[in-house]
Parts: sequence; structure tokens; C-alpha cells
Amino acid sequence: MTGIEDVFNPLRDPRDKRLPRVAGPCVLVLFGVTGDLARKKLLPAIYDLANRGLLPPGFALVGFARRDWEHQDFRQLAHDAVKEHARTPFREDVWNQLAEGIHFVPGTFDDDASFEELARAVKELDEKRGTGGNYAFYLSIPPKFFQDVVKQLQRSGLSKPSENSWRRVVIEKPFGHDLASARELNAILHEVFPEESIFRIDHYLGKETVQNILALRFANTLYEPIWNRSYVDHVQITMAEDIGIGGRAGYFDGIGAARDVIQNHLLQLLALTAMEEPVSFEAEAVRAEKAKILSAVRLPADLDTYTVRGQYTAGWQGGVKVPGFREEEGIPQSSRTDTYAAMRLDIDTRRWAGVPFYLRTGKRLARRATEVALLFQTAPHLPFAQTDTEELGQNALVIRVQPDEGVTLRFGSKVPGTSMEVRDVNMDFDYGESFTESSPEAYERLLLDVLIGDPPLFPRQEEVERSWQILDPVEEYWEKHGAPEPYPAGSWGPKAADEMMARDGRAWRRL
Amino acid sequence: MIIDLANTTTRKIQDALTASRHRMGGPATGKVLTLIVVTDEAAQYDAIRASAEVAREHPCRILGVITRGRDADPRFDAEVRVGETGPGETVLLRLYGQLADHADSVVLPLLVPDTPLVTWWPGTAPATPGEEALGALAQRRVTDSAGGADPLDTLKRLAAGYRPGDTDFAWARITPWRSLLAAALDQPHDDITAVRVEAEGDNSSAALLGGWLSVRLGVPAEVSPSPGPGITAVRMSTKTGDIAVTRPDGRVATLSRPDQPDRQVALHRRSTAELLAEELRRLDPDEVYHEAVERFAKGLEAAGKPAPAPQEQVKAAKPKAKKS
Repeated sequence: MTGIEDVFNPLRDPRDKRLPRVAGPCVLVLFGVTGDLARKKLLPAIYDLANRGLLPPGFALVGFARRDWEHQDFRQLAHDAVKEHARTPFREDVWNQLAEGIHFVPGTFDDDASFEELARAVKELDEKRGTGGNYAFYLSIPPKFFQDVVKQLQRSGLSKPSENSWRRVVIEKPFGHDLASARELNAILHEVFPEESIFRIDHYLGKETVQNILALRFANTLYEPIWNRSYVDHVQITMAEDIGIGGRAGYFDGIGAARDVIQNHLLQLLALTAMEEPVSFEAEAVRAEKAKILSAVRLPADLDTYTVRGQYTAGWQGGVKVPGFREEEGIPQSSRTDTYAAMRLDIDTRRWAGVPFYLRTGKRLARRATEVALLFQTAPHLPFAQTDTEELGQNALVIRVQPDEGVTLRFGSKVPGTSMEVRDVNMDFDYGESFTESSPEAYERLLLDVLIGDPPLFPRQEEVERSWQILDPVEEYWEKHGAPEPYPAGSWGPKAADEMMARDGRAWRRL
Repeated sequence: MIIDLANTTTRKIQDALTASRHRMGGPATGKVLTLIVVTDEAAQYDAIRASAEVAREHPCRILGVITRGRDADPRFDAEVRVGETGPGETVLLRLYGQLADHADSVVLPLLVPDTPLVTWWPGTAPATPGEEALGALAQRRVTDSAGGADPLDTLKRLAAGYRPGDTDFAWARITPWRSLLAAALDQPHDDITAVRVEAEGDNSSAALLGGWLSVRLGVPAEVSPSPGPGITAVRMSTKTGDIAVTRPDGRVATLSRPDQPDRQVALHRRSTAELLAEELRRLDPDEVYHEAVERFAKGLEAAGKPAPAPQEQVKAAKPKAKKS
């Protein structure tokens, strides 16, 4: 990182909490502008940032794609995307300012001339809009093109920062499909960009609720004393989706739910839930704790018993008849790809020894829900008659990541009446309904962090590699043994997943 | 649900709130603060509407306190609205007669327990907000110096009567300006020797902006009249030329620096709801506002002491937990 933080700015004052962090002058170069992500998330997020006054004056956005387009066509695409998906109200002035800085360079990734054109375009923007020679490259393209693009950026001189300017590259998951490919991908990027200028986006980490896990754990005294093996019985981390694979057949087949979700989102959630308190909230300190806890994660010895995979078959999901995975367009009849994955992980630390972490994810489940649930041990002694507490389960603390973000605490309460009867009740803190109305979307937060150069919310290579080390043996085992167990669309996954829990004397939470 | 209670008591209002909650099956809690709006019949509609909008971001109980005929016998009417406009609850209290002097006795039983309390005067600001009955109760007192006659004089009075927790809408109005100016100085620049703010006459926001720049930069500031609307320009002089932000049309600002191309950015004027939402986001005393309003009251012409020395400042200002 250069410059910016070293300049003394008398107008900045830590007590002045009204002033937001604003990005410095820069150009964002977006590869893959026609993709879903660009239209639904990135372009609207850029507009929202502008609308909140968080983009610098003279910010420029350059789109690059294989389209025979003029600037005007890209502006139109961006305009439509913003109108449809932006979270903040549409303001003509904001849009006009933004649109003036939107440029388009047509070309293909193997064409030297188009990258030279791109280099000329950003140079021109530096002169015309004063973007200061700072460029962020957002690779919203399939990883197989990374090599070409990165090489082209190097060849055309775009990747090399001049004095007092920066270059950053942003990539989206998947970060490889196993340890070897993750390292390979990284080697490609590292040839041209140093690690500190690589921003890996795991959009889950930009979600308010995920950041709130840290606030909940480390800003309160209430939870820390019970956040360990003395009180916690086990932890369930779930990401359930009600949709199928949609248009992602090409990517999803052969990858599967475990690689798609567990490797990144669920292991990140596990890390945030299980890690020790970082010494500060500097990026390095948080990452160090995450890396530490991930290095203590242990796979079960018996992978057959404690890992489960499934594949959805045709069924009724939420009142709609939906096809099975193998009937989806672009999926071969013989596909052995998992659309559901569950596993037990243990963490070998003093805090968590003997507390299993159960992870599950699946497509076409009954409903969409992502949560982290800590289930507490039952009281060692109950001074009630056994019949009084039949309906009392385990106390639970649930962090709901999406939808209706919030925190639920489940505990026993007396049922009103003349007899002593104790039943589970929920106490709810609803984050989503009230607070998030105008809070930034994950991509907004992450894009701003990229432009400012603030890395705490981005996983670094070490975490990515460690996650693959955890998952790779499972995938290898699955490769060699058996096949995914079918489960009907709209259910809560294969029976084997319930059996896995039952063997430990536990059950999945019904979401 | 709207419940009208004529000639009522606070107990009846509490009962009405509880009953409506039960009827709707909504949760008992979830409100993060109580917002008292001190207003009159003419202004109450807009003020309560803005508050209800803000309640989406900060779920709260809104207590609108409206003073009616002072000659009447002391009594009060209440209008309880739940689930009508958003997640919060609104109670409009109309106070008659002497009760106007004892509004705190009506409000106290209706506060959400153990949560912050904010009092807002959308109209003419009281002389010393912190000494008003409804102000002394609150953590945060929000006035609008531009809400009544003679904004600059009002601001001077507010500066004299400042208590920790006071803020003014004139200050929230310039957050986008301040943000833009701070961003401009994030880039390398020469020492600033003087500051000029250009604004429509009698603009208390411009006065505060001048005060703030003067305090932070340690240079004299001057506020000079312009045709408006609002603040039209801020010019910071350096030996190589002006760093200037100009906004002649109240919509789009241009940032110009010596030897660099002009850059433009939208800089719109903010709505009441936006201002109020910002005020409610932080509930601790705003010391930076205090410094700015104090400098304004003492006169912007003198240079004063510059901001803290760079060494300690950089260390303190280095963003540690960028979590907000």
C-alpha cells in the first residue's frame, strides 16, 4: 500500500465519527461485465457507494468484455442494472456523475491490442478525471481465464504501479477446486501481484451478521464464559438453499456442494465462531486467529460414518414440482456430484476438545437458511418431576446469517398455568427487520474495502489452502467410495445425514 | 392501529401500548431508543413523519410532545399509533394548560426502559437545550438552528449553552461537505494558509463549516455571502493555488486542485429524515461539533491554535478497528 495513510490529514479526527471512510481517486476495471454478478451485485453496489458519497470525485469504471459496444451501451447496461437492483433510491445527479466515468473497452483476453487499448483508456482517465494512476482489477470471470488476463495486464504494463499509486486485483470464489489447483491459481496471481494487493472476495464475510459474530463474542461479557466445552454440547453450522443449480450447471457439475460452500463459507463461519479473541481488529491479528483455529480442525477418522453427501431427485419444493439434479439442463445422467454435503469436524484445542462441529449444506432443501447454532449441554440436574420437563430441549444460541438476520436464544420457560411444566421458548433479536434497511449490502462493503485497501474481511491464501487441506481428504474418499445418496427436492436432505447425528445421540435443528 | 385517548393518563397510554402489542402479536422489545419530538401542531406532521422514516433504521418509540392552549385546564390527550408507519410505536401527546411546564412528568413513565433517550426540537431551538426539562433527561439533544428566525444568533446562543450531548442539524447538514473535504486532504497537498466558505446569507451550516475548518487547520476562516443555494463553495488556499470544492447548483460539486483535472461528484442537500438518522447513529457527545460551534461563537477571524501535532495525530487517527 502506498501513500494514502502516510499523508497527515488535519481534517481527520478519530472522535469525528460522522465522517465516513471514502475511497481515494481510482479506476475500477471490471472484467466480465455481462455476468449475473456484475449486473445484480457489482454495478448496483458501485452506484450505492456513489449515492452514499463514499466514492471519490472523479471515480471511473471501465468495463472490458467481448462485445462490440460503445461506452454508451455499457452505460445503458449499468443504468438498467442500477435501476433494477440498487438498494438506495435512484438520483439523477449521482447517476450522471457516475455515468460520465463509465467507459468500455471491447476485446478478448488473448488479444494484445485490446489490452493496449485498455491501458490507453485508463491513462486517459487519469488525465481527464484525475484518477491518480490507481487501478483495481475485478476479475468477475471464470478462473480458467485468470492466467490470460493476468499475463495481459503484465504485458501491457497495467499491473505495474508507478510512484505513489497502487494496483489491486479482486477475485471471487472458487479459489481452486482442491489444494493443488488453489496453489496453482495463486502462483498465477503471485507472478504479477504481491499477496497484499490480492483481494479474495467471500461475500459472506461482508455480511453484517457475520461481522456481528465478532461483536457478539468479543464486545460482551455474557457469552465468553460459556463459549467453550464446559457448556457447549455441539455446534451446527448450516447453509441451506431452496434453489437448484439454475444456470450454474457448467460450473457446478464435478464441483459439488462441499467444494462450493463448505470449503469457503462454512469453514469461515466455523473459524469466526471458534477462534480465540484476536489481540486487535487489525487484519493481521484476525487472520492469525482464523488460521490458528483452522489449523486445529481435525477430520473424523471414519469418513464413511461422519461424512454424508446427497443428490436431489425430482420432487416438490415449496409447492412447485422441480426436476432432479440429473434432469437439470447440462448435467449428465451419470453425474456423481454432491448437491448436499454434511460432515462432523472436531477442533483440537482446550476450548473445543470433545465439542463436535457439524456442517451441512445443500441445494433444493425445504427452505433457505444460513445459521450458526450453539447447542448447550442440558442441566446436570433438574429439580422437577420428569414429566414436567419432557418438552424441554437443549438451550441454544443461534446466529441467523440469512434470511432475517438476527440472534435467537432458546431456553426453557414455565408454561402459564397451575402445573409446573417447562417448555422451550425463543428470545429473538431481529437484526434484519429493522437495522439493515439502509445498511450496506455485502458487496458494497467489500468493494469499498478494496478501494480503500482495507483487508480484514478478505481471506488470505493461507486460510484458503488450509480449508482445502481439510476438505481434500473427504473429496478423495468420496471419489473412491460409494455414490451420493438421493434425497427428494424440498426435503431436509438424505437420511444418512440424520443417521450421522443420531449415532452421536443428537439431531439436526429443524430450520 | 390508532388509539385515541382523550383527557388521559400515562397509565392508560401504557395499557394501550401493551394491548395493541398483544393484539398484533408483536414482540415486546426491539426498540433501541426513545425519541422525543418537541413540536407544535403546525409542524408535527412533518416531524413525526420524518421520525417514523428514521424508525426503520433505528426502531424506537416516538413521543411527540405538542403544547396546546395555555389557558385551558391542565390535562392531556394522547394518540397511540402502533404498526401504522413502521416498526416503532408513536405516541402523540397534546398538553393543555400548565401541564406544558411539566411535560417531563408525562414523558417519564413512557420511556423505553434502559435505552438511550434523544430529544429533538425541529422548530425554534430553546435557549439552553440541556436545561429544558425534556432536554436534561436526554443523552442527546438535537436542535435545528435554521428551524427558527435568525440562525446565526441561535447558533451563538447554543454555543453559549452547550452541554455534552448537544448537536445541531446545521452540523449534520454539512457531513457530506466535510467528508468530501477530508477526502480531498487525504491526498498529498501543500500547507493550507486560509479558508473561505461561500454561502447564502445567515447560513448556520456555513458558520459551522468555517468553525470546523478553522479549528482543524489552525487557520483563519472567512464566511462570505453568495447567491446560494446553501453553501456554494469552500476554498482552501495553499502557496500553489486553491484546493476548492464548488457547488453552484446545490447538486453537483466540483473538486479542483492545483495542477490536476477538475473532478465532479454529486453532493445533494439532505432530507430531514437523513439528518435525523445520522444524529441517532451515534449517541455519545459530539466533541468535534463542540469545537466547531465554539470557534464560530468566538469569531472565525483569529487563526487560533492548529490541530494536534502530526506525530501524535497520525497515530491516533490511524484507523484501527474499521468495523463501522
